[in-house]
Amino acid sequence: MSLDKATVRKISELARIEVPESDLEPLAQELSAIIGWIEQLAEVDTDNVAPMRSVMPITHAWRADAVTDGGMQEAITRNAPSAHDGYFVVPKVVE
Amino acid sequence: MSSSVNLGLAEARRRLAARELSARELTLAHVEAMAEARQLNAFITETPELALEAATASDARLAKGEGGLLEGLPIAIKDLFCTRGVATTAGSHILDGFVPPYESTVTAKLWAAGAVPLGKTNLDEFAMGSSNMTSYHGPVRSPWTKASDNADLVPGGSSGGSAAAVAARIALAATGTDTGGSIRQPAAFCGITGIKPTYGRCSRFGVVAFASSLDQPGAFGRSVEDSALLLQAMAGYDPNDSTSADLAVPDWTASLKGKVKGLRIGVPKEYRVDAMPEEIEKLWQEGADWLRAEGAEIVEIALPHTKYALPTYYIIAPAEASSNLARYDGMRYGLRVEGETLADMYKKTRAAGFGAEVRRRVMIGTYVLSAGYYDAYYLKAQKVRRRIVEDFEQAFEKVDAILTPTAPSAAFRAGEKLDDPVAMYLNDVFTVPSSLAGLPAISVPAGLSAEGLPLGLQVIGKAWDEQTVLDVGLAIERAAGFEVMPYGLASG
Repeated sequence: MSLDKATVRKISELARIEVPESDLEPLAQELSAIIGWIEQLAEVDTDNVAPMRSVMPITHAWRADAVTDGGMQEAITRNAPSAHDGYFVVPKVVE
Repeated sequence: MSSSVNLGLAEARRRLAARELSARELTLAHVEAMAEARQLNAFITETPELALEAATASDARLAKGEGGLLEGLPIAIKDLFCTRGVATTAGSHILDGFVPPYESTVTAKLWAAGAVPLGKTNLDEFAMGSSNMTSYHGPVRSPWTKASDNADLVPGGSSGGSAAAVAARIALAATGTDTGGSIRQPAAFCGITGIKPTYGRCSRFGVVAFASSLDQPGAFGRSVEDSALLLQAMAGYDPNDSTSADLAVPDWTASLKGKVKGLRIGVPKEYRVDAMPEEIEKLWQEGADWLRAEGAEIVEIALPHTKYALPTYYIIAPAEASSNLARYDGMRYGLRVEGETLADMYKKTRAAGFGAEVRRRVMIGTYVLSAGYYDAYYLKAQKVRRRIVEDFEQAFEKVDAILTPTAPSAAFRAGEKLDDPVAMYLNDVFTVPSSLAGLPAISVPAGLSAEGLPLGLQVIGKAWDEQTVLDVGLAIERAAGFEVMPYGLASG
């Protein structure tokens, strides 16, 4: 399947990456080439094959429902581009 | 350059224990080598002060006859492992200024074992690449050049800085991570050894995530023994990683004998890909002959879904990456680019923060997971992945290990293949299938190309059977007798 500019624009919205208008066409061609190449998977018979989500059989472990870590507000907000009083500062989202 | 940088990890360990060499002398020699080799751009962050401080502490412990498995041994860490108080970039602009408040489990184990931290090595951005050309911090130059000219070559990727540092005698050994070949391919290109253990053997806690069902930490060394020694200190169960295996770590180095007598070694006919250089086909044959001469039986096997491994990988890995990289939004750490609204800020931050290859993969991943395409691409790829795993399961009913080339070519020039993503992806044609199956695999330097560049052979083993992988690797190492130094070391 070949991706057009409108599809690439929609993907960039979903991925929350701003793509300049001038990049849309070249990106459409690049992504179409990759998608075209991966479409050869259609040849493989996968009827009655269960999808593989975890390659090693993992038995999930039980643990006590107890707090084992925390109380490090300062350490965590130290990396924030903008922080105030132990909170992350973000643009206003509710009018 | 001090000769102590030419010692292997295991040999340096013996000399430290015998007090023939101090950790401080050994570390100083490596710190000097690191400063002299800056033109390689192998490190993003150097930590010489931390290294010398750790070496002094190691000498005190060694003097009392104490010390861990890697006491006083200077190593390098791929800059994908979070290190407390030391910048961690993942090779990306979007993590600008990020200093982790915590330590990855693997590096915590290494420091507990006494290892000395030289610094954080360069890599492809978020480990996405096979050349180290996609790093925001600039490409790594391989210490190797062709015999005929001095043009820069790539060290491979994504763990290119770690591989270059070990090959150039800057570090005794280094950590890497492997998602589709990111340890084995750079090891082959740089003429060193690199092992990716079974998925779940090393904790992923504190390793910047790329594709969580595939990512696995592993080790680089200049010999099979050195790689085994480093891996031994890295491996083990971690309750902080739900996919970490609760299994004891065997003493691989103690059991390492290189005996292959009676082993059945599979050679998959599907790995004879079109356009593979004759010298690689020849080296592969030679590798099989070496193992046969040591008493192994060479068996032709079939892995019929091999050709579908790369396209499967290029659905699964970008899909997982698009989800994992959603966290980089300019709010809690790293780069922030101001915007009118919250959504605008996200989009501008991510546009400025991600390079071209990361943007490409996040967009592919977003597309294959989007409504209407999920079943056709992502679910289909997960089903084909099972087919690939079943191929290996059937093969391992007949054989103990599998022998293949590591990569379809020797190192290429910096800048080559950048305009054709699919051509770049083909570098990983021999390493991706075992990544999809979660199997342990090693690359061992086995010979030189006609142009004088290292070529590697890969040994793939059964799940949790790193021992056989290491033993077959050691048999190849002994037979190959690969002792060529990178020419770049002599010429500077």
